[in-house]
Amino acid sequence: MDTIKVVAAIILTIYLFPFLSFGFQSDELLVDDEEFGLEGAPQPRFPEPTSTRSAPVTTATRKRHSDLDSDSKIEFSLDHAFGDSDFSPAGTFSARIKTWSHGGQTLTKLRFSRNNFTNEEQKKFKNLLESDDFYRIRLPSNVLSPPGRDFIISSVKARCLPREGLDEHFVIHMEGVNVLAVNYGSPGSCSYPRNLKLPVKWSFSSYTVLKNSEQAPRAPIFTEEILGGENGGGEVVQPPERSFWAKYWMYLIPLGLIIMNAITQAMNMPEEQATGQVAGTVQRGPSSAARRR
Amino acid sequence: MAIRSFFAPFLFFALCSYSSLTPVLSLYEDQVGLMDWHQQYIGKVKQAVFSTQKTGRRRVIVSTEENVIASLDLRHGEIFWRHLLGSNDVIDGIDIGLGKYVITLSSGGSVLRSWNLPDGQMMWESSLQGPKHSKSLLLVPTNLKIEKDNVIVVFSNGRLHAVSCIDGEVLWNKDFEAESFEALQVIQPPGSDLIYVVGFAASSQFEMYQINARNGELLKHERATFSSGFLREVSLVSSETVVALDSTGSILLTISFQNGEISFQQTPISSLVEDPSGPAVIIPSSVPGIFAIKTNAFTIFIRVIGEGKLEVVEKTNHETTVSNVLPISEGQQAFALVQHAGSEIHLAVKIAHDWDGNLLKESIKMDQQRGLVHKVFINNYIRTDRSHGFRVLIVMEDHSLLLLQQGAIVWSREDGLASVIDVTASELPVERDGVSVAKVEHNLFEWLKGHMLKLKGTLMLASPEDVAAIQSMRLKSSEKSKMTRDHNGFRKLLVVLTRAGKLFALHTGDGRIVWSHFLQSLHKSGTCQSPIGLNLYQWQVPHHHAMDENPSVLVISRCGPSSDAPVVLSFVDTYTGKELNSLSLVHGVVQVIPLPYTDSTEQRLHLLIDSDKHAHLYPTTSEALRIFKREFSNIYWYSVEDHNGIIKGHALKCKCTDEAADEFCFDTRDLWSVVFPSESGKIIATVTRKLNEVVHTQAKVIADQDVMYKYISRNLLFVATVAPKGSGEIGSVTPEESWLVAYLIDTVTGRILHRVTHHGARGPVHAVFSENWIVYHYFNLRAHRYEMSVIEIYDQSRADNKDVWKLVLGKHNLSSPISLFSRPEVITKSQSYFFTHSVKAIAVTSTAKGITSKQLLVGTIGDQVLALDKRFLDPRRSVNPTQAEKEEGIIPLTDSLPIIPQSYVTHALRVEGLRGIITVPAKLESTTLVFAHGVDLFFTQLAPSRTYDSLTEDFSYALLLLTIVALVAAIFVTWRLSERKELQDKWR
Repeated sequence: MDTIKVVAAIILTIYLFPFLSFGFQSDELLVDDEEFGLEGAPQPRFPEPTSTRSAPVTTATRKRHSDLDSDSKIEFSLDHAFGDSDFSPAGTFSARIKTWSHGGQTLTKLRFSRNNFTNEEQKKFKNLLESDDFYRIRLPSNVLSPPGRDFIISSVKARCLPREGLDEHFVIHMEGVNVLAVNYGSPGSCSYPRNLKLPVKWSFSSYTVLKNSEQAPRAPIFTEEILGGENGGGEVVQPPERSFWAKYWMYLIPLGLIIMNAITQAMNMPEEQATGQVAGTVQRGPSSAARRR
Repeated sequence: MAIRSFFAPFLFFALCSYSSLTPVLSLYEDQVGLMDWHQQYIGKVKQAVFSTQKTGRRRVIVSTEENVIASLDLRHGEIFWRHLLGSNDVIDGIDIGLGKYVITLSSGGSVLRSWNLPDGQMMWESSLQGPKHSKSLLLVPTNLKIEKDNVIVVFSNGRLHAVSCIDGEVLWNKDFEAESFEALQVIQPPGSDLIYVVGFAASSQFEMYQINARNGELLKHERATFSSGFLREVSLVSSETVVALDSTGSILLTISFQNGEISFQQTPISSLVEDPSGPAVIIPSSVPGIFAIKTNAFTIFIRVIGEGKLEVVEKTNHETTVSNVLPISEGQQAFALVQHAGSEIHLAVKIAHDWDGNLLKESIKMDQQRGLVHKVFINNYIRTDRSHGFRVLIVMEDHSLLLLQQGAIVWSREDGLASVIDVTASELPVERDGVSVAKVEHNLFEWLKGHMLKLKGTLMLASPEDVAAIQSMRLKSSEKSKMTRDHNGFRKLLVVLTRAGKLFALHTGDGRIVWSHFLQSLHKSGTCQSPIGLNLYQWQVPHHHAMDENPSVLVISRCGPSSDAPVVLSFVDTYTGKELNSLSLVHGVVQVIPLPYTDSTEQRLHLLIDSDKHAHLYPTTSEALRIFKREFSNIYWYSVEDHNGIIKGHALKCKCTDEAADEFCFDTRDLWSVVFPSESGKIIATVTRKLNEVVHTQAKVIADQDVMYKYISRNLLFVATVAPKGSGEIGSVTPEESWLVAYLIDTVTGRILHRVTHHGARGPVHAVFSENWIVYHYFNLRAHRYEMSVIEIYDQSRADNKDVWKLVLGKHNLSSPISLFSRPEVITKSQSYFFTHSVKAIAVTSTAKGITSKQLLVGTIGDQVLALDKRFLDPRRSVNPTQAEKEEGIIPLTDSLPIIPQSYVTHALRVEGLRGIITVPAKLESTTLVFAHGVDLFFTQLAPSRTYDSLTEDFSYALLLLTIVALVAAIFVTWRLSERKELQDKWR
């Protein structure tokens, strides 16, 4: 029991080790509780996919937070394209850059403002819906010096977006200030075959999520005493000890048969001699039936 | 009553005999070679040295492009011994010292080794360092001695070394520090104590160093400048004369350095030949008095007469190869010349100073397509009539090695099989009535005898001779090497493409070559100097027309490594090896995508992407086009640009807009892109699932009667990136600045489904992807050990279908189509384990229906294949599994993966230079066929969960029959006995 406790403690320390000593590259994304209404919520210890559900935000209703630190605030634009058309601006992401003591930079407080479709864009989108074509978006791969090395492109079949209005869902995979990839699509499922359905309202409800990399679980390190030296591997391969019956059933059944045989014979002999043939036949019937089972 | 007493012992006996048949996971000693075969190769020979001492066996020592040094039997071509040096230890030269040591120079001239000739044991090794990198030259003079010590002269790394032949000690060395000096020849005139080192400096200066061989003292250093420069090849025509070409390739320079005086003689080629047709190059050789130059059209042999005078002796437009020089008697030296003429080759052996007389002239008919002769090595022997006989060893374009003697091919080795680049499996012909290959069992007596022997073996009554007889009977059983399909699907053809461009079909039964074909498109020709075979695809696999259509494979070959070089598609029948058709494409090929559609003749549709991002459909038939159009919007693919860390997804757009394009050409468009930041990620591995993998069920029942649904998608891509610093040598980076990120990317939408960082880890990464899991292998810098991680990915969108009522009422979503455009609801489970070995390749077993549990096949650094049960790499392993979990088969957690010696698939053998492992499902569900290739080839059958669906091969049917007969007889006897007894009782 004690050893198990010790092991548990060791494993716990091992698991906590990275977070204690190597806070390094801590992709921890500090979520501003106030902004997302998570008051009193426990701070996630390490990066959960931070859902910055920026709710349906449109330019008209959106207000700039004047108290934001202007020098660490950045904006980058979202471009879109209909089918194979050229990209044109579709909205703006704004975020704050948090600089870590070890020099790493991460984004926090991501907000998104989507431009409404112009009439022309609406027409183009309708065409996309009719031809079941792709609606494409793109982001710069580096938010500090857009567009970085290349644009990050993502596409979705246009028919996946309309619901009540137009619903879209962004998962932006970040690596410091670099955008690695963006998962773009409808927030729910997109059933196949895709049916043509026009949205009732031509306004977007956008959901955005920032994601950073997770830490891999460490390989468990066991101390020598548990391993018991070298036979740690051997223990695993040995099949579990089987019961006596499981091991020797093939010998036990014939043995049982022989014994029963012998007993009945021994029982029959005197009875037959004593009671004669009628009793003998009567006796034999059931007993043999019983044994054949 | 009596029935029972008779029955019991029989039952007992029968049960005993059955229990002894429980199959075992590993092999018994006498089962080696029953289902597996192993073939040893050496690769394309670079250099050969004959050792034909008076005593002992005749042998030839060869070094190859696969970095093998081997000793071959001259009579049969078998390997006496063989050593594979590492891939970074390239052999520069070999020779024989003192008649009993093989001397090898390798690793760019920095490692000199000596091996014992009879058994190949290493005698000594010395490391030769020098000031700068340079060409390395090995010279083993026969009679140069320093204090009774035979000397090896090595020029490497800008330094001349004299090394003792006995113990490898460096006797003296001499630096050549002149910055631009490039040594071309090290010459030791026989009978003198001088060594000449000649070479070029600064492209237009010829330099000659005369060195005392006894102590390395520089005696003389001469230089001479030739204004128009030199080409970097020289031909040695005497011990004090070399021939070189000027930098334009039009003037021959005879450079003589007699007595330390350098003198040039210029001879324009045009004065020797009327029509030189373009610049010439020197064919490096060392035949005294004669050298050869090659222009575009001709090979010209030129004799040096006296003071730099030249004379053309032969001008030929056949492909010609010159051998090394062989001293046959005092002052006489012979060499061999091989010329092509149609399917024959002409071999001529001449004396160096007598061009017109031939010592030997033979023409040899080649038995099959082998291409050009690349290298010739000559050796002599004394005939029975005391005259000189010659044998030559030739290396062909297809990397095969042949020994010619007396106008015939004595033996040949298919050493192209040492460099397999792609493998695919093909079925054998269906057995037809009338053309049955199967032999009827010889006769009843033989058959009975065989079964009696087996019976004896089973009852452990067999004597050692009987055991040997049983063994040979098993091995001989022609069953496994028949040329027809078998019921279990064990017999197949392995079609392999070698680096030389030759296609082989190997029989899985015994590994013999059924046919081989040297593709026309992969021959070196005027239009293409360096064709390379790229890939092998299954083009046509007939199931419905299996009786009247032959399967065929598609070979893609390209002229040179650039991606827009011309490409040739060749279609080869796998039953006969005939090239059915070949297409020269007008476009290049960057990517080949086999589509999951076939036309009515069961030809698979292939999409070829060229460098301009156009997609081309093959086969070019209207039917294929119709099928393709139907699936037009459902075709997606991805491309990995690993040099700049971008992965892109593509789809088809429309027909090509170019006027020149045909209707099978389509424009494409980019759908998504993932850009890995160049400062933090470098792609080092990308792995997808095998296209033909079968998954039996999506549901996985876990311990407490719960169900998890595997996320099974053909469109998942595993990508591993490392920190750019961490992609160098091990030890070049600290754990803090090294990390490895594993990604799971959906290739239709570009979504990253999972992303996990391993801090302190580094490559190389080897990964395998099967069903819903990925296993990858990497190095953990913190723990100083290799690790293997597993990621399993489960579908949560189907997780609600656990309610029986939902299933009964049909309210489940199990049969609804899945669209990857829906937001994925997946969860992943992962776990890491330490693993002792570093790994060369990882594969996974694959079976016909995917029911059998999986094993990982790990190609270890020791060139063996280890089978590791997937259960050891289960992310759900915990320290103390519950009873329910134990029943499910979850193994208690350990920190490292066990290596069980019995689970080496290759048992005692080694697949030298292991490069890849391929698994092919057999028709029998429990069994999978495994083919491992490197310099050697190895094949075996594996049953990861034991052969639960068939009786083992050594099952004794006779014993079973005998038991049944005996039982029936016993029943009758006892029945009669009991009848009689009852009658007696009634009469009493």
